[in-house]
Amino acid sequence: MNLENPPRRTPLYHCHVAAGGRIVDFAGWEMPVQYSGILDEHRAVREAVGVFDISHMGEFFVEGRGAVAWLDGLLTNRVAKLAVGEAQYSLMLDERGGVIDDLIVYRTGSEAFLLIVNAAKIAEDAAWLRARPGADVTFVDRSDDYAALAVQGPLAGDVHERVFGTAMPSERNRVAAANFDGVPVTVVTTGYTGEEGFEIVAPAAAAETLWDAVIAAGAKPCGLGARDTLRLEMGYPLNGSDLSPERSPLEAGLGFFVDLTKPEFVGKAALEEQRATGLPSRLAALVVEEKSPPIRSHYPVWADGVVVGETCSGALSPSLGCGIAMAYLPPDLAKIGQRVEIEVRGKRYAASVRKKPLYTRAA
Amino acid sequence: MNVPDDLKYAESHEWIRVEDGIGTVGITDHAQAELTDIVFVEPPKAGDAAEAGAAIAVVESVKAASDIYSPVSGEIVETNEALNDDPALLNTDPFGGGWIYKLRLTDFSQLDALKSPEDYRAQIAE
Repeated sequence: MNLENPPRRTPLYHCHVAAGGRIVDFAGWEMPVQYSGILDEHRAVREAVGVFDISHMGEFFVEGRGAVAWLDGLLTNRVAKLAVGEAQYSLMLDERGGVIDDLIVYRTGSEAFLLIVNAAKIAEDAAWLRARPGADVTFVDRSDDYAALAVQGPLAGDVHERVFGTAMPSERNRVAAANFDGVPVTVVTTGYTGEEGFEIVAPAAAAETLWDAVIAAGAKPCGLGARDTLRLEMGYPLNGSDLSPERSPLEAGLGFFVDLTKPEFVGKAALEEQRATGLPSRLAALVVEEKSPPIRSHYPVWADGVVVGETCSGALSPSLGCGIAMAYLPPDLAKIGQRVEIEVRGKRYAASVRKKPLYTRAA
Repeated sequence: MNVPDDLKYAESHEWIRVEDGIGTVGITDHAQAELTDIVFVEPPKAGDAAEAGAAIAVVESVKAASDIYSPVSGEIVETNEALNDDPALLNTDPFGGGWIYKLRLTDFSQLDALKSPEDYRAQIAE
């Protein structure tokens, strides 16, 4: 055990253990990978509603007259186009255009923003932001003070009504203040599963009662295992696996969240150069077209008899019943329909590049 | 956890039942519960040589791939075709329909090195 960095626990750790959660280390956190089973929890989110503890993620608060200009000068997406009550996906890059973190920016007031960042990157992101102070803006990392729950699935609206007594906002990417049992909380309509739903950011002290209320309202406890298969079916990247400082957001197919018309953001010059000279690779979503073992990360990807890349994420898709993966491939091999092979323990399985999301609900 | 009395057990959580010189091998109830949803089994091929303590098959849950170690040495004579379509048999019937392979034992003394049901129960109770 590394005594200098003991594993951290969210305010809901004891709830996870009590609910039969199987606890694993995730980015230094003791988190539930599953309760009833990954397949069961995956299905619950696709067909009903599940709840994930995402308290390990970081909550940053940015306020002040200079907040918009400061964030727009640092992050890839354009904060200025957000109305109060709206949210957007954005990225934090290094000067070389590589991804440090992906995050969601919520505009909670005309001069107030909430940023939710990845658990593994809280300290690095905070240090990066503090190293670039702006005029008329304050930045506070309050990750330890807040818990967060993600309620996801077609029946998430029912849970919202039972917990808050009001209808769930119908539009995605919204942020609003709400009240739970006298405690002010923030409700956002974002998620990482491709399903309808909402996330609640609440003071850590209210986490357990909120968790119990959400479960009493019908949500099934879900762990990180199902969270991973759900996001991968949608083609959502996971930082540390699919995103890294070695890849740019353009290579990752996230150009929609990069506003190159802004005067400046960290990494912009590198992205412009990459766009001018051509991308070295593109992130492709792959579907295996024969019976195969589950695909995992770092499996070789072949095309025309040579290795052309390796998987950065993979799974056996519970919804599709076949192997799925993501891999950075040479751009001319990352086109929809391209046939490739994924090697598992010395045997190659036929696969092809597909359009994201890999899973869409049957009409 | 179910630990049938008529089997021998490996510390690595495989069981073996020997009848007429042929051993049937699978994984224990404890192992399937630890591995959770098993979605793929890569069995050996008939004719393969199994060596006691060496990896002979792979079972994969949604989350991880795990090697299966042969409790004894021998020649593989049959594998469980049903697992091809229904790998979850390892979860639902680990000591019955979820058997993985059968082998012709070459060294019966290796059985003496395996655990009794009592010893295996003690191991998983730790």
